[in-house]
Amino acid sequence: MDLSYGPEYDAFRDEVRSFLTARGADAPQDRAKPSENTRAWQRTLIEHGYAARTIPKEYGGYGAEPDILKSRIIAEEFAQARVNRGLGGQGIAMLVPTLLEVGTEEQRQQFIPPTLTGEMTWCQGYSEPGAGSDLASLRTSAVLDGDEWVINGQKIWTSTAHIADWMFALVRTEPEAPKHQGISFLLLRMDTPGIEVRPLVDMTGTANFNEVFFTDVRVPKGQIVGNRGEGWQVANAILRHERDSLGDPNATLTRLNALTELMKTETMGGQRLIDHPTYRDRLMRIQGRVMAMRFNDMRILSSNINKSGDTALARMVVKLQGTELRHDLEALGIDVMGELGLGYGKDNPYVRDGGSWQFHYMFYLGLIIGGGTSQIQKNIISERGLGMPKEPKLPATR
Amino acid sequence: MDFGLSEEQTLLQDSVNRFLEAEAPLTRVREFAEQQTSDDVWEGLASLGVAGLTIGESAGGVGLTAFDAALVSESLGYHTTPSPYVGSAVIAPMALTRSGHEEHPLLGDLAAGTATVGLALNEAVAARADAGINGNGEILNGKALYVHDFGAANYLVADQDQRLYLVDAGAHGLARQPLANIDQTRVSGALEFRDTPATCLSDDADLLATLIDVGRVMLAADSLGAAQCMLDQAVAYAKEREQFNRPIASFQAVKHMCAEMAAALEPCRAMVWYAAHAIDAAPDEIRVTACHTKAHTSEVATFVAKTATEVHGGMGFTDLVGLHYWFKRIGYNRQMLGAPELIREEAALAQGL
Repeated sequence: MDLSYGPEYDAFRDEVRSFLTARGADAPQDRAKPSENTRAWQRTLIEHGYAARTIPKEYGGYGAEPDILKSRIIAEEFAQARVNRGLGGQGIAMLVPTLLEVGTEEQRQQFIPPTLTGEMTWCQGYSEPGAGSDLASLRTSAVLDGDEWVINGQKIWTSTAHIADWMFALVRTEPEAPKHQGISFLLLRMDTPGIEVRPLVDMTGTANFNEVFFTDVRVPKGQIVGNRGEGWQVANAILRHERDSLGDPNATLTRLNALTELMKTETMGGQRLIDHPTYRDRLMRIQGRVMAMRFNDMRILSSNINKSGDTALARMVVKLQGTELRHDLEALGIDVMGELGLGYGKDNPYVRDGGSWQFHYMFYLGLIIGGGTSQIQKNIISERGLGMPKEPKLPATR
Repeated sequence: MDFGLSEEQTLLQDSVNRFLEAEAPLTRVREFAEQQTSDDVWEGLASLGVAGLTIGESAGGVGLTAFDAALVSESLGYHTTPSPYVGSAVIAPMALTRSGHEEHPLLGDLAAGTATVGLALNEAVAARADAGINGNGEILNGKALYVHDFGAANYLVADQDQRLYLVDAGAHGLARQPLANIDQTRVSGALEFRDTPATCLSDDADLLATLIDVGRVMLAADSLGAAQCMLDQAVAYAKEREQFNRPIASFQAVKHMCAEMAAALEPCRAMVWYAAHAIDAAPDEIRVTACHTKAHTSEVATFVAKTATEVHGGMGFTDLVGLHYWFKRIGYNRQMLGAPELIREEAALAQGL
């Protein structure tokens, strides 16, 4: 056990800090929607190696060797300074790594540079009304007609579809093949005729997601990533990546600190919430759980760096434990405020922290379900982690 | 940066596990539960170096760290091994060396496994109505309940002013009363002091607090091991047991119970490692990490104890399978040196909340 990062990394941390001191004030607040400001900030970050760090220079990245600790230091320091980390989204997080792995040279040149700078934004077309946990049963079809794919069907849970320029989608191209072998990975422009986007308002009152309908949508044949029928493998490599990023204990720690602050400042009947024994104990219970997940995270980080230690199970539990923990934490933020915890919306003068406790309480219920439900996580843990058998399949009903 | 076990630590844990599998199986635990002696197991562990694990080489020990000690504690919990380990091999050596008694003759005997030290420290955590120790630096009066490793030849005792004493089990004015406790792998009892002479080791309240925290980390590690063993047994049983013409391990209801146990327990491993590491490497953090680690691991282990028993169905409830030894061991660890609610409050206070 050696938790120091070493002199090389301490120096790197100083470098990041100096950058944040010098330039942090230039950072825009908005992260989700690329505007001219956010794009300019993104270019600054790439130039200094704080965004697109390990993407090769020829594709518009910074071109550094992958270094897990340096990436971690950047994340820690930006979070600490509360400075915008640049553009996120599914194009940068998921499509770019996929193209680097299986895209053609032409596709990399065409798509990666504008994606990194925010000139080209993406949404992910995976889930369908009839294909949720059983994603591989998806039915949106793409039929080759001359030099074009003709797409018909429907996607759902498509975040940012209403603002994205492009979509990467899983579609069924080989209807006769077994379900996992009949899927292909296509790229398509969202302004293609035949695409209709309808916002899907969720329980938070916001349209965080959309439905996307396809009617005879024609897409050039070359906009396929990987081979025909291999879309499932292409997608799976990055789905695992998404699962890893849900339930991040370091983000939860930031919320725990906010909750502690709330309980120290908010009073009822003249008593600070933190001095109420039951609320206090609930806070401490949550803190213990956060602590366990943070050390679990350090164990995984160390294993990534040193390529050592059996951390398969430690990884498998992060999404399940992390999202449930976050939901419980947000629930406590509401509970401690009693009737004041009901406040929601912008125009209420008594609402605390912008209504974020209610919003996150609901949003994290969404994340317990999304990205592989808690029940799917438990199947994965019991089957892959504990070696328990799959449930026997029933004969097909259709 | 390296968050994990060294090769030496893995080897240490492997060798203790191999010994316990061979020499201290469940049949041996059952014998202990009836006779309350396990001298031969402790002798064997001592010959492996476990008794002198944290004692310096000059006193005949191995000179390893508190982190290493927690790994052994985990192994002992996994096998529900009866042994005077926590008091004799971890807390007493640390109490002596950190209070300026590095040359104390007891250290050599502890390293050899011939001396044992029980812990009368619950009163320093929170004294119950009919207990509490009054001392003046030389003489003790009062009562200590549920003394850990009651069968030991010496005891560490704390008084009302957080002074720490070493008392001979045969000291004048000391009455010993065995107390049956739910965990038959541990020996408990009450000590009643009437003008009992005692050697005051330290009047440093911080040292006493640290020793209690180290004990908490050791108990947390013990619970981690015990809960891991219960989970392993539950998974193995579910794969073997058939109902409705299939292994019950293929039912999602059963799989999800096991997944929930694993998901809650696996992060406790990293937590116990960190808390144990902090004892030597980050003294400022001991208070909060030790309290949280014992409280959280106790909550998780309690959940695992119940759920793993349920996976075994009716057999889990019997003495035949013996699962209850682990169940009760976890229950014992939860109550000793501060139950979860109490030490979460300590964690809050230690952060200035």
